[in-house]
Amino acid sequence: MNWLDTIAQGILLGGLYALFAAGLSLVFGIMRLVNLAHGDLIVFAAFLILSLVSLLGLHPFVAALIAAPLMFAAGWILQYHLLNRTLGKDILPPLLVTFGLSIVIQNGLLEGFTADSRRISAGALETASVSLGSINTGVMPMLTFASAVLVIVALNQLIYRTSIGRAFRATSDDVTTAGLMGIRPQRIFAMATGLAMVVVTIAALYLGTRANFDPTSGPARLIYAFEAVIIGGLGSLWGTLVGGIILGVAQTIGAAINPEWQILAGHLAFLLVLLFKPRGLFPRAAD
Amino acid sequence: MEQLLSPTFKVETRTGLSAAFAVMAAIVVILAFPAPLLVSRGAVQDLFFILTMLVLAQCWNLLAGYAGLISVGQQLFVGCGAYAMFALVSLFGLDPMVAVIVAGLFAVVVAVPTAFFTFRLYGPYFAIGTWVIAEVGRLLFAQWKALGGGTGTSLPHDATRDMIGVDLLKSLFRMKSAEAGDALTYWFALVLALVTIGAIYWLLRSRHGLGLAAVRDNEQAARAVGVDARRMKTIVYLTAAFLTGCCGALIYVQKQRISPDAAFSVIDWTAYVIFIVVIGGIGTIEGPIVGVIVFFLLQNLLAGYGSWYLLILGLVAIVTMLFAPRGLWGLFSDRTGIQLFPVRRILKGGPLEHKQMGGPNG
Amino acid sequence: MALLETHALTASYGDFQALFGVDICLEEGETLAIIGANGAGKTTLMRSLSGVLKNKPGSISYRGESIGALAAPDIMARGIAMVPEGRRLFPSLTVEENLLIGTYGRKTAGPWTLESIYALFPILKERRRSPATALSGGQQQMVAIGRALMSNPDVLLCDEISLGLAPVVVRDIYTAFPRIRETGAAIIIVEQDIAQALKVSNRVYCMMEGRITLSGKPCDLDRDAIHKAYFGADGHELA
Repeated sequence: MNWLDTIAQGILLGGLYALFAAGLSLVFGIMRLVNLAHGDLIVFAAFLILSLVSLLGLHPFVAALIAAPLMFAAGWILQYHLLNRTLGKDILPPLLVTFGLSIVIQNGLLEGFTADSRRISAGALETASVSLGSINTGVMPMLTFASAVLVIVALNQLIYRTSIGRAFRATSDDVTTAGLMGIRPQRIFAMATGLAMVVVTIAALYLGTRANFDPTSGPARLIYAFEAVIIGGLGSLWGTLVGGIILGVAQTIGAAINPEWQILAGHLAFLLVLLFKPRGLFPRAAD
Repeated sequence: MEQLLSPTFKVETRTGLSAAFAVMAAIVVILAFPAPLLVSRGAVQDLFFILTMLVLAQCWNLLAGYAGLISVGQQLFVGCGAYAMFALVSLFGLDPMVAVIVAGLFAVVVAVPTAFFTFRLYGPYFAIGTWVIAEVGRLLFAQWKALGGGTGTSLPHDATRDMIGVDLLKSLFRMKSAEAGDALTYWFALVLALVTIGAIYWLLRSRHGLGLAAVRDNEQAARAVGVDARRMKTIVYLTAAFLTGCCGALIYVQKQRISPDAAFSVIDWTAYVIFIVVIGGIGTIEGPIVGVIVFFLLQNLLAGYGSWYLLILGLVAIVTMLFAPRGLWGLFSDRTGIQLFPVRRILKGGPLEHKQMGGPNG
Repeated sequence: MALLETHALTASYGDFQALFGVDICLEEGETLAIIGANGAGKTTLMRSLSGVLKNKPGSISYRGESIGALAAPDIMARGIAMVPEGRRLFPSLTVEENLLIGTYGRKTAGPWTLESIYALFPILKERRRSPATALSGGQQQMVAIGRALMSNPDVLLCDEISLGLAPVVVRDIYTAFPRIRETGAAIIIVEQDIAQALKVSNRVYCMMEGRITLSGKPCDLDRDAIHKAYFGADGHELA
């Protein structure tokens, strides 16, 4: 096994997982909402991009650009009208409603698109490769990783340097007092989910161009996303990137030993981290 | 100087209605036993399905509704129980009915380290943790080539034909082997369901049940009054694992064919179970019973509609959680105040009013 | 017409009624003190005024508008700012960010800006980049007051500013009040520190068990009357 190559592939794969996870981390961090439909929303966005590509003949990246505001609106509406009603002290309603949502999305997609496996074609980019010293990597994985880093930088800038970012953090700290400052939590939550859906669209673009997907691909993506978030620790977006990388590297090393062990290796790494750090590697202090 | 009365208080859970229900339930149970002799084989299989889903639902309800442990990974125990049974029967020639019990014990063995690990996690971390461990189980069993690896395997042809009791049934009631097999698994399921409901009801009526309710509502406060929260949760978790494991093993005795994806399916053994409990009513014993009946009816109604069936199920779950968070039984019980399995403690006896003048400090 | 007034305000927490028909009024520019023992209903009153507790529409009016049923963000946007009991700063925000968030719901120009708040409480300027909860209790109280002032409110509600603070710190904080009054804001302070309350207010209400038991100007009220209104007819002797 070429260690360097394997680890490099793992790190780049981690970028994809970080993209899966970033939206989840944002929503989880601000409103403690566990959205079990997150993976299915990524698949939904992938189908949306696919439809735009096949119906309008657009390049996938352009299609994603169009899909992003649509997904933002969908997320906003979903949160404001449905998920906001489930938020409260009890953790069961959001879990169960999003679980139901996950089933609805999967089966809705099955009815609309059949169970066939799909792929979004990115043309020449798919096979283009670039060499970094002794390693050859594809352009797409590099783009994916770069996008993940960019997304996380952008989100951090938003959260730590803007007025709305302050509002996000304040609402996450203390909903009641945030209201006293004129922050409307219902709208903040909707905004957060909308934003998460934009990230989901980017993740969907890279998922769809990298591998085959079908309506039931959601839950697996959800698990990877959660593993990345939990390994990294709640509240830290850079932690989510680290979590994604750890997961990606564990999977590629496992796959290099035996292809059947890829996913298992990822799960074992996740469990190992949780064994020693039940709250992840970089959890924020107040939780 | 006040007169000190020594009140004779008693704590009871029985009400008039629940006593009447108990009698009716006993009649239903007695009638349920001869079912294989009275109804068609298809009906027996339907009843088997209802009973096994009921056991799974009661177990999940015990964990989530009473102990506050929201697990999305109970399929771990279904799969482990099923595979243990398969191993015992296929590789060691054990009688399937005996294997079911041993499989349940195997599930408990698996539950011990699982509990140790997952109890360190809270809320959504716990839920995802249980799911991941179930996935690990699925992936590990898929490596076991002797039992079919990733594609799975079937029970040896005569394993169910030669079960203890089959010959007796064949001679007594002139059943064919397959019918007799179905009858035996049905009776096992019936007994398992009764044991499950009985055990849960006993637990809730005991003082452990009070402790459990306290843990669910506020673990720290419960600890402060001396409830050993960790011990309670562990006992509940292991019990649920045993019952779920037995149930999983039993289901696969009937199915006779196993694969990792099927035995560890999150849809079949968690999604459906959660729907049943949510729609029926979480946190009550009556809820899952109502839920299983609704689920069975819905499944039969929508059988031919493919993915619409699941879609509608999902929508029903969402609507129920938003508008009737305590399920159908919860709606009914709130309106009428009826509890068929009463676990509310009622203070009976003693004087109702106890008037005393306070001292200088009120 | 009074700036802010309540009409037979009642409030309950589930089955427990905390306010029984409270009538108060606040005039433009004046400082009102509300005193009373623990559990008298003072904080419940404040929570009703600020919108944290929703009430019947007609029970509270502000500049003639009926605001009883409005939510906190809407009330804040109209110019009623709250310094909550226990400070309730945002732990994820620095001192400066806590001040800035005070303008999220209402960006009105006025005498209070970051600079003028730093002038009022110089220590905050030094610690502007610290996480807000790393400050001492008294400093946190200053941040909480500053945060409320940032929106240039017409009414400032201060709930138990002195709670948990040493008397010398409390005195320090109250020296800022004349400057706040100068800018024209009307203030309602809820206090258990009776002496401080009487010193700084134009009028006083005393509450007991959810009702107003006494009202008047500090100079007009004598010790015994306050004592009776505070503790009730057969209360303890004040030490």
